[in-house]
Amino acid sequence: MTKWAMIADLRRCVGCQTCTAACRHANVTPPGVQWRRVLDMEVGEYPDVRRAFVPVGCMHCDDPPCMHVCPSTATKKRADGIVIIDYDLCIGCAYCAVACPYQARYKSDEDTLRPNVATKCTFCVERIDTGLAKGLKPGVDPEATPACVNSCIANALHFGDVEDASSNISALLAENQHFRMHEELGTGPRFYYLWDKAS
Amino acid sequence: MSFGPKAWIQQHWDARAALNFMLGGTGAGLLIAAALAYPTSRVPVLIGLGLIAAGLGAVWLEIGKKLRAVNVFFNPFTSWMTRESFAAVLVFALGCAALWRPQPFLPATAAAALAFVFCQGQILRASKGIPAWRAPQVVLLIVSTSLAEGAGLCLLFTTAPLALTWFGLALILRGFAWTRYAAAVRSPALVDPGKALLQIGTVGALAFGILGYWVQGAAELAGIAAIATGLWVKFAIVTRAALNQGFHLPRLPVRGAR
Repeated sequence: MTKWAMIADLRRCVGCQTCTAACRHANVTPPGVQWRRVLDMEVGEYPDVRRAFVPVGCMHCDDPPCMHVCPSTATKKRADGIVIIDYDLCIGCAYCAVACPYQARYKSDEDTLRPNVATKCTFCVERIDTGLAKGLKPGVDPEATPACVNSCIANALHFGDVEDASSNISALLAENQHFRMHEELGTGPRFYYLWDKAS
Repeated sequence: MSFGPKAWIQQHWDARAALNFMLGGTGAGLLIAAALAYPTSRVPVLIGLGLIAAGLGAVWLEIGKKLRAVNVFFNPFTSWMTRESFAAVLVFALGCAALWRPQPFLPATAAAALAFVFCQGQILRASKGIPAWRAPQVVLLIVSTSLAEGAGLCLLFTTAPLALTWFGLALILRGFAWTRYAAAVRSPALVDPGKALLQIGTVGALAFGILGYWVQGAAELAGIAAIATGLWVKFAIVTRAALNQGFHLPRLPVRGAR
């Protein structure tokens, strides 16, 4: 069974925010709404200060709290693991937004396509579906791959099927040490961060 | 707005959402107190229903798609917001029946009101993105504050011994629930409301409540103190202590490794 996942190689990300711009362009998000963000994190105190750029967004969790709390059943999880929102069902109560531990959800009255309903990263699901229909491979063929991954100048973002042992991201996960954000909350995020090569 | 990585106060639920917990909780508490201590009067029932309606109206003003509000009933399987909505429907149906005939419908209304405030507590607990809300202790706190506020409001209608006793028990339960919650959630935004809740809304209100057995007006003052401090705590929890999860890295990238 296919399970789409994304990887961010923290050693490679330079914080250029091209992924953010590409996402905004591809998904026509309004000002202030960034489905793909890059955090600029400063860790430690002078003189021992480290800096890391951390791409974040919807983690398409295995057990998404946003879906459980949604009173209208607008938030759903597809068989391939992508968490989607039915904009025609959503009432814009923002309960999902306070339930998400990744601050990945937005509600904006400036959104001309999706006004006053919850929105978030979709892993560019339309590109994936259209690409698969054409026989393309998401994560390998750019036409079937999320816009943020395609745009990354440092090859820090990767996308693919985490259940396929021969996929690009399965290989990256095997070759590197990785973690997931807020794993202790038990949401099962499918966004992995590489931080070092495998020991 | 800061986008982290440090936590920031959530902006999605504001005073309108807080009003649902404040007014709805107090109204439900009043229905419960009235069923116990003042079961013959229709006035507390009417006011209780009005407060719940006002709270739900306030939260309705906050949702993005007001004409689709009926969709809130679509997910009773996992969503506490849907369950709260069903409980509200039950409260209003039974409450209207209680307005017509307080007995036997008022006790049933009170049971539905208890379910309503329990759902409110669970709504906060299911909000996994807000540490101050997802603490398990929040459920008892929300339920007990509603009971105490409702009992306090009931004292404005009757200071019968049963009403005063119920008020005292509710205050003790709320004080206990607050102590447990405050130990689990250490938020600077809750320090002042917490102090007021314990000192004025619990100790002071208990003292005035006891005085109310003999001194006219003391019980009413105790009730007002209990209501005001409870509402302040709930407002602070929803709007001031609602820091989100933020972000943190368990590991830092080891650059130059490949």
